[in-house]
Amino acid sequence: MSERNAPRDFSEIPTEIIETDILVVGGGNAGCFAAIEAKSKAPSLRVTMMEKAHISRSGATAAGMDAINTYIRTDKGETPESLVRWSRAQVGGGPIREDLALSNAQILNESVEMLEDWGLPIVKDEDGHYKLRGRFDISIQGEQLKPIMAEKAMEMGAKVYNRVAGTNLLMQDGRCVGAMGFGVRDGRFYVFRAKATIVTTGGACGIYKNYTSDYSGSHHQTWMCPFNVGTGYAMGIRAGAEMTSLEQRWVAVRTKDFSGPVDTLSVGYGCLITNARGEKVLRERYAHLGGDKAPRFVRLNAPMMEWLEGRGPVYVDTTVLDEEEAKDLREDLLNERPTFVLFLASRGIDITKEPVEIYGSDPYIVGGHTGSGFWVDINRMTTLPGLFAAGEAAGGSPNKFVGGCAAEGRLAARGALEYLASASLPEPDLTALSREKERVFAPLMRGPAFDGITPVEMEERLQRLMDEYAGGISQFYRMNEERLDYALKNVKMLQSQTQFLFAKDLHELMNAHEVIDRLDVAELLIHHLKFRKETRWPGWQTRMDYPEPNPELDCFVESRRDPGTGSVEVFTRPYQQLIPGDRTQG
Amino acid sequence: MPPKVDREKCDGCKAQQEPLCEQVCPGDLMTLGEDKKAYCRMPRDCWDCMSCTKACPVGAIETRIPYQLGYHLAKLIPMMGTNTITWTCIDINGKVERFRYVNRGRLD
Repeated sequence: MSERNAPRDFSEIPTEIIETDILVVGGGNAGCFAAIEAKSKAPSLRVTMMEKAHISRSGATAAGMDAINTYIRTDKGETPESLVRWSRAQVGGGPIREDLALSNAQILNESVEMLEDWGLPIVKDEDGHYKLRGRFDISIQGEQLKPIMAEKAMEMGAKVYNRVAGTNLLMQDGRCVGAMGFGVRDGRFYVFRAKATIVTTGGACGIYKNYTSDYSGSHHQTWMCPFNVGTGYAMGIRAGAEMTSLEQRWVAVRTKDFSGPVDTLSVGYGCLITNARGEKVLRERYAHLGGDKAPRFVRLNAPMMEWLEGRGPVYVDTTVLDEEEAKDLREDLLNERPTFVLFLASRGIDITKEPVEIYGSDPYIVGGHTGSGFWVDINRMTTLPGLFAAGEAAGGSPNKFVGGCAAEGRLAARGALEYLASASLPEPDLTALSREKERVFAPLMRGPAFDGITPVEMEERLQRLMDEYAGGISQFYRMNEERLDYALKNVKMLQSQTQFLFAKDLHELMNAHEVIDRLDVAELLIHHLKFRKETRWPGWQTRMDYPEPNPELDCFVESRRDPGTGSVEVFTRPYQQLIPGDRTQG
Repeated sequence: MPPKVDREKCDGCKAQQEPLCEQVCPGDLMTLGEDKKAYCRMPRDCWDCMSCTKACPVGAIETRIPYQLGYHLAKLIPMMGTNTITWTCIDINGKVERFRYVNRGRLD
């Protein structure tokens, strides 16, 4: 379809203008929950969803999910406060936005229970409670998780525009009044005029090169969905929104060569991380940091240090499992990452006889896991009036995962409803619309003789640059000031060369905008990494020139790019502790 | 990871405006060729989520592990029931295993 409908002349491009009360950009987990909440609180309002793929199988949960990693079992003495305390300890004491984390936690359980009501199978224990597999983890049979959420959003009356890729926010008089984009299948230019806009576009994958990225077919063997490229962040950055904590990158420990889940094995099934000498790595070398329950960045960095110090490969020891447990485990994996079971079969591995090798992933910017994303207030409004963010897009509150992103989608919808009660919709600025239309479709209009750059070429150049100079996996996540300066200089070169991008069809046009978005995220990310002249979360953020934490940087690092001049301002915001106690203890 | 389309089985979902694999692919990678058979336009860009494989009404799509990562040839075949899914897994040594479980509805 995308070949057939690719326009060759600006005059051929129809413009669709859609007016709505609430626009949700990105129909993933948080987006579906935002739409559902808005329609259930205000059924007569128009709620419109703009989705780059198809909401039945889009984004990070496209393949399914085997667990909800945050659910508060109050009968076990857990509370919203204890969840926040645990979340804070998982990121080494923070800083985290405890106000955001607590408000999420307060409506977390009902959000998870809503999923069960809509048809998500959640595993129960003998007493009828959700069965725990870790302190806050519950098991689900979530192969259908995404279609279940998507169907509910449609049933509630949200109007869904599938295959419309967002390109920029619609800004007027300093307010966000919607968003623009293009039809990946129909080649139209879309303008959504909205009283309030909620951005739920997920995080950013593909800023860095993955170590499995070979020519012949495994470029996207990534943990995060590779189609989540940071478009929401980039749209905000281009409009001058404040971003927070981008330097707190999420890097996960994963199974080697295939980005399979490790927590499912180590937390859910008691398979411990073991080095080549058979030593239990966390227990024997990291007891002072919490051993098997050490913060997430420690659990990532430990196996990589074993490699560096000559004690790799590193494994999760699945040989402790019996046949039945091994089958249960693979059933869990089929729910989240089915091809991991195929991968094991393609290696001929019997996991009861051979351990499974592990390694670090490429780094991601994902605010549902670490603290990166838009700076938001308690109503989830960003620093751009009228623009709200939730899920991976919203920063400050890590360890949200499926349940927390759902809860936050609902909170953002409530914030948007409160805001739009007094918001009007100004007449559209036609000059701005035609300027954006021209920018969006330009890579398609260069003509057959154009001698330029393909989106894939630029994407690979960016990914290798970031990998080598901004702390990617080939460098064991390490960086220093001079390398970051080199990365920044070359990201700016790439940004100056986006004018040479060309696309032969609408799919490649989408790829062109994906690399443009990744560049804008990479630029601000490098500024954040440069500013944090310390090492606070080794593995996630390792500065070889500043190897220790600096107490003066126990605060949030923020950035804002001026939409007029392009200059980037980096500054701090203070951390506020609301939940008392030792911040490193969960 | 490249989805492999069986060209004998694929009928391009002829009654549909777009074949189901093209409708669901989160990466906009599945599309119809001029011969009206589905194919993956950029195998390197596939995330191996198996959405296309699950959606195909005639079982024409197989998800393969790229040779850089796994040996030739293992198979994983999903069968979608009303509220269940059944997986058949065949490893490189020919060992066959089946997994069947509920994927919709309360577990009480």
